[in-house]
Amino acid sequence: MATETTVAEHGAEAAKAGIPQLEFAHFPNQIFWLLVALVVIYVVLSRIALPRIGAVLAERRGTITNDLAAAEELKQKARDAEKAYNDALATARSEAAKIVAEAKAEIQKDLDAATAKADAEIAAKTAESEKVIGEIRAGALQSVTEVAGATAQELVSVLGGNADAASIQAAVAARLKG
Amino acid sequence: MAGEAHEEGGLVFHPLDQFQIKPLFGDGPIHWYTPTNVTLWLGLCVLVVVALFVFGTRGRAVIPGRIQSMAEMAYGMVYKMVEEIAGHDGVKYFPMIMTLFVFILFANMLGLLPMSFTPTSHIAVTAVLGFGVFIFVTLLGLIKHGTHFLGLFWMSDAPLILRPIIAVIEVISYFVRPVSHSIRLAGNIMAGHAMIKVFAGFAAVTLISPLAIFGIAAVYGLEVLVAFIQAYVFTILTCVYLKDALHPGH
Repeated sequence: MATETTVAEHGAEAAKAGIPQLEFAHFPNQIFWLLVALVVIYVVLSRIALPRIGAVLAERRGTITNDLAAAEELKQKARDAEKAYNDALATARSEAAKIVAEAKAEIQKDLDAATAKADAEIAAKTAESEKVIGEIRAGALQSVTEVAGATAQELVSVLGGNADAASIQAAVAARLKG
Repeated sequence: MAGEAHEEGGLVFHPLDQFQIKPLFGDGPIHWYTPTNVTLWLGLCVLVVVALFVFGTRGRAVIPGRIQSMAEMAYGMVYKMVEEIAGHDGVKYFPMIMTLFVFILFANMLGLLPMSFTPTSHIAVTAVLGFGVFIFVTLLGLIKHGTHFLGLFWMSDAPLILRPIIAVIEVISYFVRPVSHSIRLAGNIMAGHAMIKVFAGFAAVTLISPLAIFGIAAVYGLEVLVAFIQAYVFTILTCVYLKDALHPGH
């Protein structure tokens, strides 16, 4: 402690043995250069560096905000586009369903008409055929009667009988009906 | 104090030689304007500040590079500190506080280079900073609030009998502020540097040199931390004093 006081009192003389921090003779030098350095740093920071960094940070914040807003807008747009697409899809679907139903109905109509026509034709053909069959049947019956009559007459004559044609015919007819 | 240099065998202790102020050119007397090693290291400190904050940000990139990021981080840290502690009206004094922070930080950090000189280890330097802040905030408080500023010492929510006693204590603690403010910084830096030098002296003895070198490394790591923390503490206390000057109501 005594040494320190000596240093403080004698300044540079006792510097070798004491604390350089307490060498008051050097204080003006340090304070002068410190003030110079502080002023230079202050001027550089307040005039150039800090406004610049502040501007960069503000710009970045602005850019981020803008980008977020733009992203939000694009998202909304995408959502709108999706909705429009879905709407269009739904419309197209319902239209397609309508067209399908219409086509089906038309085809059904055509089909019904064709079926009806075919049915009528078939009915006509059937009727005609039935008529022809009837005629044929009648013809056949007639032939059977004639053949039966002739055969009966022959049989009667062969058996030695004599019968007039009329009675044979009546007998055959009666038999055929039976 | 370990100030006395003594030589016994291999042990050579000159832990305080690193704080010597010498003229840069020649060996003449040191006048107030003489360029000394103080000048050199203050100048280097200024250069580093300019390199980081001016050249580092010259691109003004929206997406910052490494150096610009560092400058922005320092800016953001001090800005937030000023805004949170001193309030919105304290932001006006942000460049001043930023100056203090970067000056102390880079003076401390450059001082950790081997063979360097640390301006912030000198009480003359830290006293100018500490008393500068003290005088500034006191004048600011008096100009802004007049006698109302003295309410800082008058605890209106304390019992009436205690108020004068508290006022005396508050006044004393107020005037001790610049002293502790400056000695804290110089003391921390000086003690760390001296300790490294003492370990370096022991490193000359073969037997304990591994331990001494390990000690140097450990103390050096601690000193890097201290260099930052002291700059931070100085700045944050400046913000607190500024808050007292701007809002003396509490």
